[in-house]
Amino acid sequence: MSDSTESLMGTFPQLLKVRLQRDGDRPAMREKAYGIWQTWTLNEFCNEATALAAGLSDLGFQRGETLVIIGDNRPRLYGAMLAVQSLGGIPVPAYQDSVAEEIQYVVEHAEARFIVAENQEQVDKSLEIKEHCPRVEKIIYCDPKGLRKYDPNVVVDIQEVMKRGRNALAKTPDLVDQEIAAGRLSDPAIILYTSGTTGRPKGVVLTHENLVVTAKNANAFDNITADEETLAYLPMAWVGDNAFSFAMGLVAGFCVNCPESSSTVAQNLREIGPTYYFAPPRVFESVLTSVMIRMKDAGPFKQRLFNYFMAVAKKTGVDLMDGKSVPLMDRIKYALGEVLIFGPLKNTLGLGRVRVAYTAGEAIGPEIFDFYRSIGINLKQLYGQTEATVFITMQPDGLVRSESVGTPPPGVELRIEDNGEVLYRSPGVFLEYFKNAEATSETKTDDNWVRTGDAGYIDGEGHLRIIDRAKDVGKLTDSSMFAPKFLENKLKFFPEIKEVVTFGDGRDFVTAFVNIDLDAVGNWAERNNVSYASYQELAAHPQVYQLIQECIEQVNQSLASDAHLSASQIKRFLILHKELDPDDGELTRTRKVRRRIINERYGDLIEALFDGRTRCFVSTEVVFEDGRRGKIEADLEIRDATVHQTTSKAA
Amino acid sequence: MNDRTQDQILLEVDAISLSFGGVHALTDVSFDIRKGEVRSIIGPNGAGKSSMLNVINGFYHPQQGTITYQGQKRSQMKPHEAARGGIARTFQNIALFRGMSTLDNIMTGRNTQMSKGLFWQALRIGPALREEIENREFVEHVIDFLEIQAIRKTPVGKLPYGLQKRVELGRALAAEPTLLLLDEPMAGMNLEEKEDMSRFILETNEEFGTTIALIEHDMSVVMDISDRVVVLDYGRKIADGTPEEVRANQSVIDAYLGVSHD
Repeated sequence: MSDSTESLMGTFPQLLKVRLQRDGDRPAMREKAYGIWQTWTLNEFCNEATALAAGLSDLGFQRGETLVIIGDNRPRLYGAMLAVQSLGGIPVPAYQDSVAEEIQYVVEHAEARFIVAENQEQVDKSLEIKEHCPRVEKIIYCDPKGLRKYDPNVVVDIQEVMKRGRNALAKTPDLVDQEIAAGRLSDPAIILYTSGTTGRPKGVVLTHENLVVTAKNANAFDNITADEETLAYLPMAWVGDNAFSFAMGLVAGFCVNCPESSSTVAQNLREIGPTYYFAPPRVFESVLTSVMIRMKDAGPFKQRLFNYFMAVAKKTGVDLMDGKSVPLMDRIKYALGEVLIFGPLKNTLGLGRVRVAYTAGEAIGPEIFDFYRSIGINLKQLYGQTEATVFITMQPDGLVRSESVGTPPPGVELRIEDNGEVLYRSPGVFLEYFKNAEATSETKTDDNWVRTGDAGYIDGEGHLRIIDRAKDVGKLTDSSMFAPKFLENKLKFFPEIKEVVTFGDGRDFVTAFVNIDLDAVGNWAERNNVSYASYQELAAHPQVYQLIQECIEQVNQSLASDAHLSASQIKRFLILHKELDPDDGELTRTRKVRRRIINERYGDLIEALFDGRTRCFVSTEVVFEDGRRGKIEADLEIRDATVHQTTSKAA
Repeated sequence: MNDRTQDQILLEVDAISLSFGGVHALTDVSFDIRKGEVRSIIGPNGAGKSSMLNVINGFYHPQQGTITYQGQKRSQMKPHEAARGGIARTFQNIALFRGMSTLDNIMTGRNTQMSKGLFWQALRIGPALREEIENREFVEHVIDFLEIQAIRKTPVGKLPYGLQKRVELGRALAAEPTLLLLDEPMAGMNLEEKEDMSRFILETNEEFGTTIALIEHDMSVVMDISDRVVVLDYGRKIADGTPEEVRANQSVIDAYLGVSHD
């Protein structure tokens, strides 16, 4: 099967026409509905897409037009993408939990006349958008619940559209085939709007060639076959889902499973037992935390068993996974552990059949990363961007490290500029930013290299290490590098620390604001007889300060061991009296720190950190959930942390 | 809410009086419920609202008065007659089978639809199995409607209060009722949960034409979703009409806010 896929090339609709002759009866998509997994064979999936395409054409959809898709992962919505591509159009998926305003921007910018909405919630948002975007003509829905009384001229059932399509096909059987044949590899296949932390979202245009070639390369890299099973639970508007579920799935021929609802994802994961899995680091962290918490509630025998075998895993698990030699006795212990602990644990988590798992998007704590690897889950990191059709670097089997993001896979070229910015070139490089030539020329060079905006370096083993966003990397007064995000991530690996902001650009040394994690520290307080009546009180408690100081000193010790980073050790810190909050403008909605706002609002505290004061008064305005404003005041302690001598290894 | 002018009366209670010894729970209460409407019964605590529902349902037998349901007049309702007649209800303090899963609880609501005998059901083969599958399909639609797929297999005793209320509604809906009696379905819910519950109630009423009698304390919910409202106070009816009429009625205002006695 994999030999003939190598010769497959063409737009997605063209590819599928070829595959239909061979694989028509293989399952292509599954969805759990009414408690049962319902399967679409490739035949059924393509027939529906064709009928939908004919129906859209009947409604006046033109070649080159865009169509916005909003909803959870559903076979019908993937079918809609295929239908639009069949007609030479461009699907534009939107994030299903965006508010109407955010989606409105996409609909307007993409100039879409049609919206395919999954259910009543999305239809309601679309109707709101339609009021402001008169260009929108039809809203097509999949789930009819609650939609009986809506105006049928505007809000149309997808089954109706498919029926129209079938009528049209009866008169002109090759209506859609003609359009498919007219498609070219260089045609845009999809526009994915990246959420902007600065300014408005930009529409990344990816061509069929981008997606198909990348999919083939990615499939080859990890030996993906038609027998894989995956769970499509990440947003369709995110490039990762499009690459893993849509592109790689349709090219390799494996079945993509869609969960019943967003609240049943964990159960569905267990039912499906995917062989190929992706999740952002946050998910892996929270799963590990819940495992640990539940183990604390287990009986003493089970706890001892768990701790014993987790120690075995820690010692030999990663080596075994990397194929290194391990003493026989340890192998036997590990095998026993697999039967008693690791196997059942993986099974409960739904990860028992995982052959390859990836994580990306932000730094993952080394302990967390090693935990999964040590119990036999082949978790690897990759680094990518929407503009790259995901893959810039990947970790090959056997060369997995927690601190790096891997090496460029076949087809990708990598370059580091003098200022540390990472650039790449590959067949996955996007065509352009939709209707934004200026941004395109700022990001792509003339010879098709792309600036990632990230700063990084290649380490001793040839692996890429990402430090921070290039524009955030600063310098201390002694010219050594100051990468705030890098330091903040290291501290955030401690469960007690929720958020950190570091300061050091243009300064003599590095200081930090810390937000404690109420759950973790509250838990610790209970077990250590520390009483408190509010977050503020807990955050000001001297024993909590001690706890945080120890975390910082641990990080300092690890920083001291790298000559690049030793000067970035954190000398002074304070614990904020309130959590940084998106509602107060201090963080973005995706919880990234807004440095400018924090610099303005907490200027006094920052100065106090650098001028040596041991206490500082602060008064901040806050916005409550219902919009009212209030003030929170506190007198904060500022402490020093031990800084170590560079025990350097020259890098 | 809908502008139906259908005047067909589904249920009528006439001069109902119910006492428990010296305690007069209901005194001479009469009102009707039209087919397809959402009828709210409101009143201060202790007014007799739940007692009224229990009379309709057949749990309590009034000393005086008659109940006319679907044209048949009775001096008292028997619970099994009510069930067979298509009356289903939920309870103020939840009466689910705590050890059974959500799915099984809702399946019990299909009891009136299942006819194969105990023997066949125990063996679970042939016609009994087919029947169970058909009923399971219906129940899955109810689960889908109420968006409770994630708790399908969870024992209901473990569920939070708001979800238990939703499961109970599911059990009542599984019986495909003609008249649905809801006793404070939104008690203890936050705004979002109330909106969800209101949506389910309205959908049930509009999509399936189910007549709904609703006891509720949240005035904004009552005003928003009811077609007509009857107000009880100390066991007597003090007002009966559209939400607007009732809201402006002085005796209703006095009953809720109190009147000072000099």
